[in-house]
Amino acid sequence: MPYLDHAATTPMRDDVRAAMAPYHSERFGNPSGIHAAARIAKNAIEEARERIAAAIGAARPLEIVFTGGGTESDNLAVVGAALARNGGVVTTAVEHAAVLESARFLGRLGHEIVIVPVDSSGRVDPGDVVSAVTDRTAIVSVMTANNETGVIQPIGEVTRRIRSAGLPVTIHTDAVQAFASLPIRASDDGPDLITVSGHKIGGPKGIGFLFVRNGTELEPVIHGGGQELGRRSGTHDVAGIVGLAVAVEATVAERDRYAARVGAARDRFEHDLGSRIPIEVTAGEADRLVSHSHVRFPGIRAETLLVRLDLAGVAAAAGAACHSGAIATSHVLAAMGVAPDAAAESVRFSFGRDDDVAFGAEAARIVADVAGELS
Amino acid sequence: MRALVAMSGGVDSSVAAALMIEQGYDVIGVTLKQWVGPGGAMPTAGCCTVSDAEDARRVAAQLDIPYYVLDYVDEFTAAVVEPFGAAYLAGRTPNPCIECNRKVRFTALLERTAAFDADVLVTGHHARVERDDTGWHLRTAVDGTKDQSYVLHMLGQEDLSKIRLPVGEMTKTEVRRRAAAMGLRTASKPDSQDICFVTSGDYRDFLAERFPETALPGPVVDSAGEVLGEHGGVTGFTIGQRRGLGIAVGEARYVIDIDPAERKVAVGTREELLSDGCLVGDVSFIAGSPPLQPDVTVKVRYRSTAIPATLQRAGDRWEVRFADPQPAPAPGQAAVFYDSERVLGGGTIEEVIRS
Repeated sequence: MPYLDHAATTPMRDDVRAAMAPYHSERFGNPSGIHAAARIAKNAIEEARERIAAAIGAARPLEIVFTGGGTESDNLAVVGAALARNGGVVTTAVEHAAVLESARFLGRLGHEIVIVPVDSSGRVDPGDVVSAVTDRTAIVSVMTANNETGVIQPIGEVTRRIRSAGLPVTIHTDAVQAFASLPIRASDDGPDLITVSGHKIGGPKGIGFLFVRNGTELEPVIHGGGQELGRRSGTHDVAGIVGLAVAVEATVAERDRYAARVGAARDRFEHDLGSRIPIEVTAGEADRLVSHSHVRFPGIRAETLLVRLDLAGVAAAAGAACHSGAIATSHVLAAMGVAPDAAAESVRFSFGRDDDVAFGAEAARIVADVAGELS
Repeated sequence: MRALVAMSGGVDSSVAAALMIEQGYDVIGVTLKQWVGPGGAMPTAGCCTVSDAEDARRVAAQLDIPYYVLDYVDEFTAAVVEPFGAAYLAGRTPNPCIECNRKVRFTALLERTAAFDADVLVTGHHARVERDDTGWHLRTAVDGTKDQSYVLHMLGQEDLSKIRLPVGEMTKTEVRRRAAAMGLRTASKPDSQDICFVTSGDYRDFLAERFPETALPGPVVDSAGEVLGEHGGVTGFTIGQRRGLGIAVGEARYVIDIDPAERKVAVGTREELLSDGCLVGDVSFIAGSPPLQPDVTVKVRYRSTAIPATLQRAGDRWEVRFADPQPAPAPGQAAVFYDSERVLGGGTIEEVIRS
């Protein structure tokens, strides 16, 4: 029963579940209190913060702000920076909805929004991003890698060129999809804000963090009791934070092995699938995450294929997951200039940490069998 | 054997799904997403709403069957919603559910039935599909008060060979009893009457918002052309309507004609409303060919009794002659021909015949 939808979510790691368990029972305290139960909880989240900071190379633990997940981190980054500096947003046409909708929200508030287009491989030109920045721009947000196609964006070069041009803007990257396989580091010359989500890397759902470089101006978007130095109010999800730290540490430690193993699974999948039936790998020539395979099946409706795969026990996706369960047209493919008909024939397969070459071959066999019946 | 069940979130389709499971089918539940409310979400009022789809999803989970929401918004908008407004602008009274069945729903569902490798398509309609040595037949429901054969008249032999309507064999009371016995959450859910894409409750508000020209005022006249008053848009009227005419005269008055070009609504006495028949276009016959005998009964509106009439070809249309004069039917509605309980076919009323 192949699960080929790790870009949507991943199964929780055993070590994560074990680490979280005590915080669902005896260590139940609210870290904001003054008693022993509170101290235990407070200690747990601060230890988690230190471990995550160390894992990503952040200079200070307090540069890690715990949030309710990737979407919330993106909202805090984009809305928070734009409000704090009362400026506009420069972003790309292929960002996750959490960034694009945050930008549109700011647009409705009167902030200047620039959406930079991408080329046919889904990649943004760093020069286009830099030239879109004006003295009214507060934040530039460019994802590390795309959630649908896996295409890796030149966030490093974008950052370098903005810095060397002396542009005083905050730089954000959504690294939710990339964190499992790419060396995401909080370096002095890297982005000021980095979004990471727990459940994409074997951690729990509903938890994530935003790396916030010390000194970066950020207006909170969730107001209340002033937790997280006022940057994110609300009682901490202590168990989630503990689980997140374990997932982050393990992911960083296993990254090289993950990239090799999962990449081999994905490559074998695409090779075997292509040898059985006609397919077009989206942005196949581009620099992509090893985990993602976005495939067009000419002449086969994605919706039909996904249902037939589901009935055969295979989980895959058409673009990003949509809350109603119906399939929406992908803004990512549209931005790449993919015709709507072709987009409607495209399916995303995404692999996870336990998948190897043999799994890739087996998955290809089943998908080819099902697709073969439809062509 | 695999069955694709169209689940609306109502009690009938819930029970239909359960009955197919009992019959040993592998059942797949689907809901067609046909309309989007503000912001692209599914509507929150009317049928086909978020909560209806959610009910369907929950029933599917309870029955432990796969369930999918399929996006037919573009097709539905083009084939049903736009013509809905256009029909009112042409002075007609459209039946969007029939247009949907004809142009979107069954086409889409039968196509999905094949694509999902299912053997039959199942809906919760109250009507019966039967087969004998002359072919497939569509009959009225066991529960005459819930009969929906009128909205299914456009189906043909090929369609019916794939369609099963298990709740048409049961009374509504039995359907609800079965649902309650199985603990289905939809057991006591009220029947839906609304047009699925009209979410505000009144189709006139919907039309005025989406097709502003339907809300332009015009004169209300009598049969001699004398102006009796003014109306707020022809969409507020249908042939035969008695209430809400906005005029005060002694005797009861009915809408007898709508002239969309002049935005004129003509009213008259019950006598003046009477008609001798109608011309029907877009006619199809269940058997694939017209009946041999001209004598039929006909329904010219949904919840009405079939009346005796004769059926004759008139060019590419069919002429229906009522045995006795009848209040004029509303162009845009369906005329459905019956031989006793059996549906022969039907089409769209295009013109009223007087004399």
